[in-house]
Amino acid sequence: MVYLYDGTYEGLLTAVFEIYAHKQIPEAIGEEGKITPSLFAESEKVITQTGKSERVLKKLYQILPAREVVRLYRVFLSENIEREMLIYRFIVLALGDAELALSDFRNLLTLKMKSIDKQMGREVHRMHAFVRFQRTADDIWFAAIEPDFDVMPLIGHHFKQRYADQRWVIYDAKRQYGLYYDLSRMDFISLDFSQDFSQLTSLSENVLHEEETSYQALWKDYFDSVNIKARKNLKLHIRHIPKRYWKYLFEKQGSY
Amino acid sequence: MNERLRDKLRILSDAAKYDVSCASSGSNRTNHNKGLGNATGMGICHSYTEDGRCVSLLKILLTNYCIYDCAYCVSRKSNDVKRAAFTVQEVVDLTINFYRRNYIEGLFLSSGIFKNADFTMERLVCIAKKLRTEHKYNGYIHLKAIPGASDELLYEAGLYADRLSVNLEIPSEKSLKKIAPEKNFKEVYDPMNYLKEKIQGYKEEKKQLRKAPLFSPGGQSTQLVIGASPETDRHILSLSDSLYQEQGLKRVYYSGYIPVNNDNRLPALVKPPLIRENRLYQADWLMRFYGFEAEELTDETRPNLDLQIDPKVSWALRNPGFFPVDINKDSYEMILRVPGIGVKSAQMIIQSRKHGKIREEHLRRMGIAWKRAKYFLCNIQSSFVLKDFHPQIIRQNLISVTHQINNQLSLF
Ligand code: SF4
Repeated sequence: MVYLYDGTYEGLLTAVFEIYAHKQIPEAIGEEGKITPSLFAESEKVITQTGKSERVLKKLYQILPAREVVRLYRVFLSENIEREMLIYRFIVLALGDAELALSDFRNLLTLKMKSIDKQMGREVHRMHAFVRFQRTADDIWFAAIEPDFDVMPLIGHHFKQRYADQRWVIYDAKRQYGLYYDLSRMDFISLDFSQDFSQLTSLSENVLHEEETSYQALWKDYFDSVNIKARKNLKLHIRHIPKRYWKYLFEKQGSY
Repeated sequence: MNERLRDKLRILSDAAKYDVSCASSGSNRTNHNKGLGNATGMGICHSYTEDGRCVSLLKILLTNYCIYDCAYCVSRKSNDVKRAAFTVQEVVDLTINFYRRNYIEGLFLSSGIFKNADFTMERLVCIAKKLRTEHKYNGYIHLKAIPGASDELLYEAGLYADRLSVNLEIPSEKSLKKIAPEKNFKEVYDPMNYLKEKIQGYKEEKKQLRKAPLFSPGGQSTQLVIGASPETDRHILSLSDSLYQEQGLKRVYYSGYIPVNNDNRLPALVKPPLIRENRLYQADWLMRFYGFEAEELTDETRPNLDLQIDPKVSWALRNPGFFPVDINKDSYEMILRVPGIGVKSAQMIIQSRKHGKIREEHLRRMGIAWKRAKYFLCNIQSSFVLKDFHPQIIRQNLISVTHQINNQLSLF
């Protein structure tokens, strides 16, 4: 049986619920429209129901520490092509013996979940680091990013804590949605930029606050002057900031 | 923008960059007043310079005017360099504006000494205070404690800063006297000891009273310049060890000496001793997280760290009696001493072996450096069998393995 769901996490958990309800072992679980089930496999369309997904979550919280339940969601956000089956198989394993599922790293499944989670953690950390806000004339601090994974739901908390007194937007230019914090709450938003996403790397001067370009210049000056030429090590430099991130880093713009 | 400000920033960040400390971790200041910033997490490197070092803080001098003439320092009095000084407000504005744009975790403020120690320290404290009280700024602040400043000022600094540091710079008093005749160890140890006492007091108080006023919650650190004077690694590591044990420091930084001045009191180095510096960091790491004692890492006959292999391998080869280690039975502490196995993989090993026997393939998948570890393990079904433990041969094999790693100079 191939289960088709709507691409949301709730949808996936609903699928897990249905699998258990029908006792039909899945051959694959995939996003509708994104996977083409093999000719002979039967497929079933899962209709997302929060009642069902919540029951699955509740059960998971009973058998796993909270951190581990969140890890499943993080693996989901990794967009790893095997993510659905990995999560499903992990849930099956954990329902059998949670301790084994969590701590036997000889098991490929356990190891894989851990390593995807680790990659996710690295990407979240990178976005904490590489977001560069630009102050706009109407005092919204705007940043665009293009993370490797869908980290937006995981990074908002950090920025809300830190920049509690400024209104900001962080926008994922690849996935075309973002977060907006308005001094009290955070919401997912989607902006209507006509096709040209290159404009996101640096906003045009007429929307910027009058001081913005000066501070970008100061930052670039600072970045250049703290470098110690006698210690030059470009290999290490690039390992720390892979080139694909340079586009949004003012200090690196123009250097590639 | 005012060109003068750009100039100042260039001059005063250039002069500050030889202080290598850039950590922004270890504090616990929350954004409790809905102000700006926090300093709670593990610290973030917002960028990396082309030399591969982390850029986490706005690291600047308040001024590079100085009444002293330390031989190793770019800012010394007798040097013909451009001089500049920030105003208090300029530093505050730069910090806030860089911080709001998520360029930095906070401010690292140091200074040349103008007029005298107190006069200088007062300005540094004033900036920190202004940031905290007028701007509700809760981001990271690292202040340099100026040797010779009064206890009152140091105390005030501790109220606003997340970390304080006094740099020892030269690892022995004898060399210090030679290189920086106006300085002495006492001037550095006095503030360090004073801060240690206050930081401990704060920690005690915090146990009783959760809301105890913060005092340098990220502790204190220092820096040692490596290669400007003849001290051995053995000497340096035992000094660091005592700084960790007795002064309760959070971190000791090692800065490979970069010749910035022509001075006949200093060695004429062509290149900064980067590999040696890296080895010292590795050794320091082994002391702090791997349970190694300072004296284990070098020996009397060879008081310097081996530049060709890392200090953990080097220790292992000098102590063949400790090996082989049985991954499936031996203690966590023993496993941690096996070259190629780090803290994370050691923990995975301990957890996994409760469920069954661990084999070579498992170790490889867990990410341990099998090429290094294999010489030191037993009771593990593996295609590799070591017949005799010949430190010399193993050393040769490992040098070729670690060669690339050395070239990259990665830390861990
Ligand atoms: S006191 Fe500090 S700034 Fe002045 S010369 Fe010595 S090291 Fe340099």
